[in-house]
Amino acid sequence: MDQCRKFHFWMAVLAALILLGSLLALCLGQFRIAPERVLRELFVESGADNVHTTVFNIRLPRIGMALLAGAGLAASGAAFQSLFANPLATPDTLGVANGASFGAALGLLLGGGAAEVQGLALVFGAAAVLLVFAVTRGMGERRPSMLLVILAGMVISSLFSALVSLVKYVADPQDVLPVITFWLMGRLSGVTRASMLLSVPLIAAGTLLIYLLRFRLNALSLSEEEAMALGVDLRRLRALVIAAAAMTTAAVVSVCGVIGWVGLLIPHIARMAFGNDNRRVVPFSILAGALFLLVVDTVARCVSAAEIPVSILTSVIGAPVFILLLRKTGGLRI
Amino acid sequence: MSLSVMGGAFSYRKDMPLLQDVCFDVGAGEVLAILGPNGVGKTTLVKCLLGFLPWQSGETTLDGKPLREYRGRTLWQRVAYVPQARQPAFSYRAEDMVLLGRSPYLGDLSLPGKRDRELALEAMELTGITHLIGKSCDRLSGGELQLVLIARALAAQPDHLVLDEPESGLDFRNQLVVLDLIQRLSREKNLTVVLNTHYPDHALRTADKALLLFGGGTYQFGRTSAILTEEHLRALFGVDIAVWNARVKEKDYAAVIPLEILDGKENERWTRP
Repeated sequence: MDQCRKFHFWMAVLAALILLGSLLALCLGQFRIAPERVLRELFVESGADNVHTTVFNIRLPRIGMALLAGAGLAASGAAFQSLFANPLATPDTLGVANGASFGAALGLLLGGGAAEVQGLALVFGAAAVLLVFAVTRGMGERRPSMLLVILAGMVISSLFSALVSLVKYVADPQDVLPVITFWLMGRLSGVTRASMLLSVPLIAAGTLLIYLLRFRLNALSLSEEEAMALGVDLRRLRALVIAAAAMTTAAVVSVCGVIGWVGLLIPHIARMAFGNDNRRVVPFSILAGALFLLVVDTVARCVSAAEIPVSILTSVIGAPVFILLLRKTGGLRI
Repeated sequence: MSLSVMGGAFSYRKDMPLLQDVCFDVGAGEVLAILGPNGVGKTTLVKCLLGFLPWQSGETTLDGKPLREYRGRTLWQRVAYVPQARQPAFSYRAEDMVLLGRSPYLGDLSLPGKRDRELALEAMELTGITHLIGKSCDRLSGGELQLVLIARALAAQPDHLVLDEPESGLDFRNQLVVLDLIQRLSREKNLTVVLNTHYPDHALRTADKALLLFGGGTYQFGRTSAILTEEHLRALFGVDIAVWNARVKEKDYAAVIPLEILDGKENERWTRP
């Protein structure tokens, strides 16, 4: 039970760091605010000045989104890794991220506003998953093997990636193309209360579902026959997990653009620390993913006057951390 | 309590019947061994028996009730399956792997509780692997992993146990460990056991009933002593075989001695008993 105590200790540490980090993130930025002023604004009384605007309309939504997106992507990654019994699976394995990217790029090309871009991203993210289902339907003895589903996902993913390239190719290189390019690299600067209205429930519901299914994910990662003999309704459970992870990923991409690495890096940190049991991997990933994206986003908006795209930072920060952990723990327990 | 198959048929290709009109039954506390050469459909038979593959005709019944009429998890609370021991993509600690055996009692959204952990521990005690607690499955030997998988099956407190080649790939001692465990479970816990095996010796040692798959849809089923004759085994494997009975320390043993490989023609003569 030592392992159990270690797990709870680290969960508590992560929770504390998230609280502390969020407070710090409220203070930091191009416009610095003293911590006591922020606390006063939050809990005592709020003025109507630009401190109020910065805290409530700009930083709070953005921090909330960073936490939720990080949690959602990490949980989705963990879920897909179990679903496909493949440690290299990520939230965009089924082409959801590329589908949503295409939707968003199309929206930007057509000159749509934030709501249209978000809507199109969600629609095409869902379309990507449905296409994968359509392609694999009726294949295999009774249900398509997961390898077929992954292959179909790769095909659909590259199809949408080609469509994104097409949109970029026809986009005006003076104004539209830079917007699309920057958007594809991921950023949280576009987060507003309005854009959160649609995405927050989707991400929260998807992540919660994965969290609740965490023990079942263990059985799901075994061979098909083993899972069935453990009483798992494969068809239903797979559909649930795919729906939850795809919903989460599409909703994140629709607001924040493409944020790579979180879905692969964070679950593996959990695996290295606590083994593969999803009863630990999923909760730890949720908290660690939230903290990671909070840190990355805060760095992204603080280090220079122009924001650094998040995907660049997730890799720049993520890769060394991952390598360090890999060397320290002697590899993945997979 | 009995598990039976009535008129089961299955083939991967229409022109090549693999299993045809298969009928057998195995009752409480009995052990059934399925024997046959490689590729003859032993694993397929087990998959059809448990409904992993659909019988193309015929059906499996548990206590007289067709398998497909058991709703969802209720079937797996009574019938447990032990796959061939292979390392899974993600390895879990031994006790967590055994705990997964409680899944048939848990809903999709629930977690195993204290009682489930107790039953998992009991299953580990029964199979004698409590010393593996805390060890990751990828650090286990083939024999240890097999025992973990058997413990996982037992954690569901089933009354039927179906094992796919449980002793293949194990060393001499571990083979005996697994076989003795199977025998003990059937005698003491009154468990019905169905197992696939490559070794006629093992069938002679543990099984009350035997089913020989000859390929092409032909098979023989009956009591082990009546079925596992020299003649049948010769036909089954295409190998000249002598079965020797010996009495050692007041116990009877049967040993199968392979003599020589029979050539094609002679083999042909035996394939349709």
